[in-house]
Parts: sequence; structure tokens; C-alpha cells
Amino acid sequence: MSEEPREKAIRSSATAPHEAPPHRSGEAHHHHTHAANSRHPGHHHLLQVEGLSAAFEMYAPGAPFFEAERRLVPVIRDVSLGVHEGEVLAVVGASGAGKSLLAEAIMGIAAPNERIVGRIWFDGELEDEAGIERLRSREIAFVPQSIACLDPLMRVGEQVRGIPRGKGAARKADVARRIERQRELFRRYRLDESVERLYPHELSGGMARRVLLCCALVDEPRLIIADEPTPGLDLQLAEAALADLRAFADEGGAVMLITHDIELALAVADRVAVFHDGTVVEETSVASFASPELLRHPFSRELWHALPEHDFAVASRSVR
Amino acid sequence: MVRFILKNLLKACLLVVVVSFVVFCLVDLSPVDPVQANVGQAAYLTMSEAKRAQLEAYWGAGEPLPVRYGRWLAGLLQGDLGMSLRYNEPVTQVIAERAAPSLALLSIAWAGSGILGFVLGVGAGMAERRWPDRIIRGWCFVMTSIPSFWLALILLMVFAVALGWFPIGFAASIGVASADVTWADAIHHLALPAICLTLAGVAPVCLHTREKVVEFEAGDVAGFAKLRGEGPWQRFWRHGLRNVALPALTLQCASIGEIFGGAVLVEEVFSYPGLGQAAVTAGLGSDVCLLAGIAVVTALLVFGGNFAADLLYGVIDPRMREARAAKRAARGGVLGWLVNRPEDYDEPLPDAGEVERGGSA
Repeated sequence: MSEEPREKAIRSSATAPHEAPPHRSGEAHHHHTHAANSRHPGHHHLLQVEGLSAAFEMYAPGAPFFEAERRLVPVIRDVSLGVHEGEVLAVVGASGAGKSLLAEAIMGIAAPNERIVGRIWFDGELEDEAGIERLRSREIAFVPQSIACLDPLMRVGEQVRGIPRGKGAARKADVARRIERQRELFRRYRLDESVERLYPHELSGGMARRVLLCCALVDEPRLIIADEPTPGLDLQLAEAALADLRAFADEGGAVMLITHDIELALAVADRVAVFHDGTVVEETSVASFASPELLRHPFSRELWHALPEHDFAVASRSVR
Repeated sequence: MVRFILKNLLKACLLVVVVSFVVFCLVDLSPVDPVQANVGQAAYLTMSEAKRAQLEAYWGAGEPLPVRYGRWLAGLLQGDLGMSLRYNEPVTQVIAERAAPSLALLSIAWAGSGILGFVLGVGAGMAERRWPDRIIRGWCFVMTSIPSFWLALILLMVFAVALGWFPIGFAASIGVASADVTWADAIHHLALPAICLTLAGVAPVCLHTREKVVEFEAGDVAGFAKLRGEGPWQRFWRHGLRNVALPALTLQCASIGEIFGGAVLVEEVFSYPGLGQAAVTAGLGSDVCLLAGIAVVTALLVFGGNFAADLLYGVIDPRMREARAAKRAARGGVLGWLVNRPEDYDEPLPDAGEVERGGSA
């Protein structure tokens, strides 16, 4: 144990519970157990979320028009979860349970009538609002679920490059870097050079998915949050999409995969956070889904029973 | 493209025939007796029976409608719009004289209300529900509730009568020969009617733009841009402007008719000698040839506006270009094959229905 993490904790003016001495693999600590490749460089998680809640301020439903009172309707309640470097954490929950809102809340995006409270550490630093804003697109990148998120009137290449930063010469250098990076990513993901001149509606399903991933990777993030990256894709494309995310994690990045598909989550992820009723009820390694006795929460066991094969084993992770 | 233009030319011709026929029918149904209306009450009463019959023949009051309309249409084919009985000049000449001041007024009001409305709409939309939005929206609601002639009267009372900044009417100073009118004088006379029409036309495009900006900000594209760390104005310049400007431009092109309608009233209030004022004179005097001529010119102006919007959409929106190309491909032929890369056939066009709807709106 070095002195470094303690110094960091002091600088961030609050001591996170997880800044305590390092824990052994498999040991349960703040609500979760580890998977084999969950790593703690510097004895902390890359992303740690504690007590995150989001509520919408709205008029009471059903009340008479002029007498309706404003009240807070909670959608996310006291969520805690952590993502380690080198792993894929799948957040699994039913459609419409607020998983996408969770992703937005973590990235500090709130609707005008939304109130968010909670604490977020990134790389051991407690972040305030400005810190989270700085993290967006630099350290944390988002992969949306569909091509509808791209500007229909802008060529794909320019959208992947994003907005250059800095002023004057620095800006020019950043523009050049972004063009270079975009071409490099296109080569890596087998996208033809002519694709950068296309408009979003001209992309095929497989191309669109890779373009969205390139958008996220252009800023060389350390954490990718992917929101339902597979619906609408056929099995082959879905597997390719997951393989790309897996590869990002295997190279040392971290992935938070949001999905309603438990089978898919078990196939690609290292750990699973079960999202139910607006909160994470259990955060555990994929291995725990081998048998219902290893799962602590009733809803997780329900998920286990919903699987087509009950003897689901770790072996089927070979999909990656 | 040739087919597209031919189709629209045919539509324009049909429009001219229908509009002029409706004008002839309406004038025929109108209770205004052209002879009585044009010679004056006292002269009419003291006039001899023979003189009256002669005048009636001159005005063509005795002829049945189909004959009159047929003659006018035949003349139109030779480029002759007939004689204006009120002005005692060929209709083409009356329209030509009055088109210049009217077009100046219309184009200033059109561009002015478009730009001002768009800028205000963007400002309101970006500040949704905050005080700039409330003020701009409130102002728009007030402006839509005010009739343009009333606004013209108020502007006249304040800026022409009380403050004396602008002349109270006409297109040039009284007593100046039309050849001697200076540009400065013309602009000075044009200013107040133009301001009035501009203000009256701001509200629709402003409210429409605001709605589109709010819609864009709440949409997936802006949401993703936010998540990529783009600030509000950054994402507006990068994505919002293009997506919002298109529908605003279409709306503004389609609103030429409304602005012309406003111009008729505003020209009356300011005694501004434009097409609008001529239309009122022609209508009240049963000068059917002049009225039909003005109606046709106006209809073509509005048609041209919509046609321009259609063309612009095709130039700016890549999805629209694609839809046209696909249509051509569906028709087959070498041209269709050339404009479509083979891989385009693999997938149906996304949003093709929406693009089609947008184009016809």
C-alpha cells in the first residue's frame, strides 16, 4: 500500500469508503464481488457511484388542473455501483426501468425538471458538476443505441471527428489530430475511406454501429457507457458489436453496458449489476449466475429462472 | 429534372386558369354595377338612357360570363391581359407601374420578417421557459392578435403624425414628378409600411422556429451532442441551425401569400401606390380585367415561392436528393441506374415517408 491513494483522498476533500486498503479478489466489498479481471490500479475503481438518486419534479397526476401540486417523482433511488479498469459491467434491467436515465445521470445530464443527487468518483477523485462536465467526451464516452442520434444533415466523418478544442494553433493541431484519429479508427473497424463522405441514412446497420463506436473512441476515453448497443441488429452484428466492446475492455478500458438482455450480458460481461425498481439491487460477478444460490436478491433469482437454460455455465462466455 | 419542371409548369398554368375563372365568377356575382360605380351617383342619375346603354356596352356589363371569360383567356394566350377600365390603360402597363414599389415593399417585409422571426425564434427556443422566451413569445402572441391595418394606423399616428419622422403616405413627396424622385425619398416613404409589414409577419416564423428549436434540443441528436460534451450554442451551430433553418425557409416561402394579403391593407392605410391598392380599386370598381391580372400575378408569385422552397429542400437535404434519385431509379432507365450506386438497392430508404411529407408541405 503506497501513500498515493491517501493523498488523493485528502485532495478530493472526502474519503470514499472504497479508498480503504486493497481488497482481495472474490471478497465482497461495498455491495459487490469481483470478477477475475477486475483490476484496482491505485487501489480504486475507475468509476465509483455512491447513493445516486434522480427525481422528476412534476405536477401530481390525477389531481384537478388548478389544484395539482408539484411533487418529486423518484425514478432512480440510491444507486451504487463501480466499474473497474479492464472489465465490462452490464447493467441489466427491464425496458423502461430508467436505465438510460441512469447513464445520463452518471454523465451529469439532467432534464430541466430533473433533480439529481449523489457522489461520483472517477479515477479516485470525487467529482463535482464541473468535473463531470470535463469528463464527458474526454474520459467518459457514450455509445447511443441508434443512428437517429446522428445529425441527418452532416457527413459521417465530420460527426465522428467532433468539435476541436483549444484556440489558434492548438485548435488547428486538434483538427488535424481528429482527422487522423478518425481515419485510423475507420481503418481499424474496416470502414471504407469513402464512408466518411456519406450521410447517416446511407449507412447499413453494421456500418452505423461501428460509426457510433468510432464517435466514442475519437477522444480516447477510459470508460465507455453503451446504451443498448444491439437491439435491431441481427445476431451476427450484435456479436460483432459486443466483441468490439470486449476488445476495448481487454485493452485496459472500462465498459458499462446497459441492456435489458440478461443472456447477452452474461455472454460478454465480467460483472452484472441488476437494476430493478429504480435501483441496483445486486452487483455481482457473472460466475454467480451459474446457480441461484449464489445470487442474493430475489429479483436476480427471477432473472436466473427466466434464462432458457438453467444449467447456464461460465463456459458459454466463449461468445466473446 | 426536366420532367419535374414540366410538371410544375403545367400546375402553374392550371392555377392561372382556375384563379382567373374564380375572379370572373366573383365579379359577375358582385352587386356592384360597373357603370354606376365608375361614373358617380349624380352623373348616373342625370344620364340619358342611350348614354347608359353605351357605357354598359363599354364595360361589357351586358355580355354573358362565358363569353367575357373566353375572350380574356384568348387574349392571355397572346400575352394581352386586356384593358383596365378604371385606369384606361392596358392591364400589363398598370401592373408594371405598380409592381416595382410593391415588390420592394414585399421583398423587404419578406426578408425582414424571415430573418427577424428566425433570430427571435432561435433565441426563444434556446432559452426555453426562461425570461427571454416568455418575452418573445408574449410579443408574438400580441402581434398575431393585432390586425395589420390597425398596426399601420398606430405606427402612422406615432411616427408620422406625432413624431414626424416619416411621411404620412404615398411613395414619393407630393408635387415631385415621378422622374425626379430620389432614392432617399423613395426609401423614406417605403420605410414605415415596410416596418409595419415586417412586424406583422414576424410572429408565425418566430413561433414556428422556436417550436423546432425546442424539438431539436429535446431530440436524440442534441441529446447525443450533449453527451459528447458539446455546449448549447456549440451544438446549435453545428447541428441545430441546418435542421431548423430548412422548415423555417419552407414556411417563409409559403407565407408570401399572407404577406401580400397584409400588403393590400397596409398599402391602403399608407396610400402607397402598389398592387394591393390597385386590387382594391379594381375590386370596388368592377374592373374585372385588372383584378384578374393582379390575381394571376399574385398567384404566380405564391406558386413561385412554394416552388423555390421545394427546390431548396432538394438542394440542401441529402435525404431528399436520395429520394428523388430513388424515384428516378424506380422509373428505371440508364439515368436512374447511373445516379444510384448499386449498394443503395440493398436497403429501403429510412424516413422516406417523412421526407416525402416534408416536401409536399
